[in-house]
Amino acid sequence: MSTSTTLEEPKTGTWDGGNEPLKASYGKLMMWFFLLSDAFTFAAFLIVYGLSRHSHLPYTGSPEEFQFSTEWWPIPEKVFNAFPGFHGVDLPLAFVALMTMILILSSVTMVLAVEAGHRMDKNDVQKWLLWTILFGGTFLGCQAWEWTHFIVGTEEGMLLADGTRIFGANMTMNQYGPPLFANLFFFITGFHGFHVTVGWILLVIAFISTVNGVYHKRGHYEMVEKIGLYWHFVDLVWVFVFTFFYLI
Amino acid sequence: MAAHSDHSNEFQQTGEIPKAQTKVIWKTFFILVALTAVEFLFAFTMDAGTLRNAIFIILTVFKAFYIVAEFMHLKHETKALIWSIILPMALVMWLMVALISEGSYYFDSIRNYFN
Repeated sequence: MSTSTTLEEPKTGTWDGGNEPLKASYGKLMMWFFLLSDAFTFAAFLIVYGLSRHSHLPYTGSPEEFQFSTEWWPIPEKVFNAFPGFHGVDLPLAFVALMTMILILSSVTMVLAVEAGHRMDKNDVQKWLLWTILFGGTFLGCQAWEWTHFIVGTEEGMLLADGTRIFGANMTMNQYGPPLFANLFFFITGFHGFHVTVGWILLVIAFISTVNGVYHKRGHYEMVEKIGLYWHFVDLVWVFVFTFFYLI
Repeated sequence: MAAHSDHSNEFQQTGEIPKAQTKVIWKTFFILVALTAVEFLFAFTMDAGTLRNAIFIILTVFKAFYIVAEFMHLKHETKALIWSIILPMALVMWLMVALISEGSYYFDSIRNYFN
């Protein structure tokens, strides 16, 4: 009587278990799939912007004679042409350009922090995280100013048919064009700003942990890497918001 | 008391910290800045229209590629991970085409309601 049992050959294929088919840690994978779902949300917002824009009358006159009206969708560079300290000067998209540069720069300092983490260089991680926090905070401040200007409005406002004027924008009235334009501005840039705020808080937590040596004791800086993924995503969304909301 | 030791010292790295490899990072940064600058160039020198919008969208896709591929490191991940991120996003393109043409149709039908 044979007592030997034939052991099953262990499977060693990529998807047979016991290995990491995607060669990425659990935390990083979950961050990637969270960001994928978040990208769907932002895509939905921007697609609704496209739908709303195409279902409204476009402005067909010459850009020089453009006037704000609830009849037609506004030209973005006529709406976003203010710059702090230059009251009444027409500087189309200048402030948005500055904000874009600040956010791209914060993305670079973030990736430098991740790179320093790979080398277990605590001082460099601290330095670059601090720069990222600084640029991120500056971006949020810029957005606060932009929102304030958008809500308060310009000096001329919009002349209505009955001779009265409306100034600025809120959820029901909008001096720049159809109310939907203001609603979409608040929702899209607001949802993005909310993401930046969350990322900024995460960065501050990561910075404190780095200073306390939490990651160094752990032996790796993967948390910085995961927050980095999120932060780059926020930058990526801004690239799309910038194109579809401000340029086109 | 001598026992009052700083625990972080136990985990201190022995040996040198390797030199930073930041060449690719700064290169990507300059590409992103250059692409943004080109976008502004087109915004101020070209009249609005389908062609200008197409240029903006193409430049945006390039910027997105550099952020995702280099900064988010997706280019250096496994093929399976790359595709599981890219493919679902590619499906969103259809939603965009469908809803934007829906918007145009809605506009036409409202405008020409009495014609």
